[in-house]
Amino acid sequence: MSERYGEGTRVRTSTVDPDHHTRLPGYARGKTGTVIGSDGVHPLADLSAQGIERKQPVYLVRFTARELFGQGDHTVTLSLWEEYLSDE
Amino acid sequence: MSDDHDDSPIAARVRELEAVLEEKGLLDATELDRALEAFAHKASPANGFRVVARAWVDDGFKARLLANANEALPEVGLSMGGGLQVQQLHVVENTEEVHNVIVCTLCSCYPLSLLGPSPTWYKSPAYRSKVVSEPREVLRQFGLELPAATEIRVWDANAESRYMVLPRRPANTEKLTEEELAGRVTRNGLIGTAAV
Repeated sequence: MSERYGEGTRVRTSTVDPDHHTRLPGYARGKTGTVIGSDGVHPLADLSAQGIERKQPVYLVRFTARELFGQGDHTVTLSLWEEYLSDE
Repeated sequence: MSDDHDDSPIAARVRELEAVLEEKGLLDATELDRALEAFAHKASPANGFRVVARAWVDDGFKARLLANANEALPEVGLSMGGGLQVQQLHVVENTEEVHNVIVCTLCSCYPLSLLGPSPTWYKSPAYRSKVVSEPREVLRQFGLELPAATEIRVWDANAESRYMVLPRRPANTEKLTEEELAGRVTRNGLIGTAAV
């Protein structure tokens, strides 16, 4: 499965808070981070929870604490499905 | 999987499903118990300690472990395939400049086979919410005071992958055997809430 985002790409996460199950935590919604690598191809959890299997690339995306929380000098890295991301 | 979830609706649903499958002869309860017991018996932090000790004494293994942990684990007789599905393990290395700490902010994802059952605090909403926003303060509460210059990297196991921290080898341990080194590693060290 071809990956849309390469290492070093800046991406923005979705701002949508869906009614259904999702693996995009609230604290990382609507934030900009950097892809630091691929995390494989996995069934999109949001659809799996509804009984639908659709595989999609997952990316390791790193965010600065300042971007996520407005303060702090650390980083937080999450695994995010392509569905959750858009170009910066 | 964890005893802590016995009262949850999902646990009740699993029990009902299990009962139906047994009734229809599709599931052998003894077989299921045997598989679960075998997995739980093998799941121990001693596995993680062994991995760390090997990485401390063998640079080649360490490099392979950091590059692709799933491929390196069989070298020490371990694998990530002990559960119902094979999960990707990322081993993240602590250095003088970088300290790593792991969390699952959405639930309590944890590399059970290498670290054993997770501690209660790992599953607590307090740890899960605070370690992402204020890791330095959380680590201080664990008694780990890091230099201001040390970069802290938090890893949220929010999806399919699992994480384990490779702690720094303690000073003055050059003469210790691999087995003795394994004895120096702690479970919290593998999570990142302690130095080793």
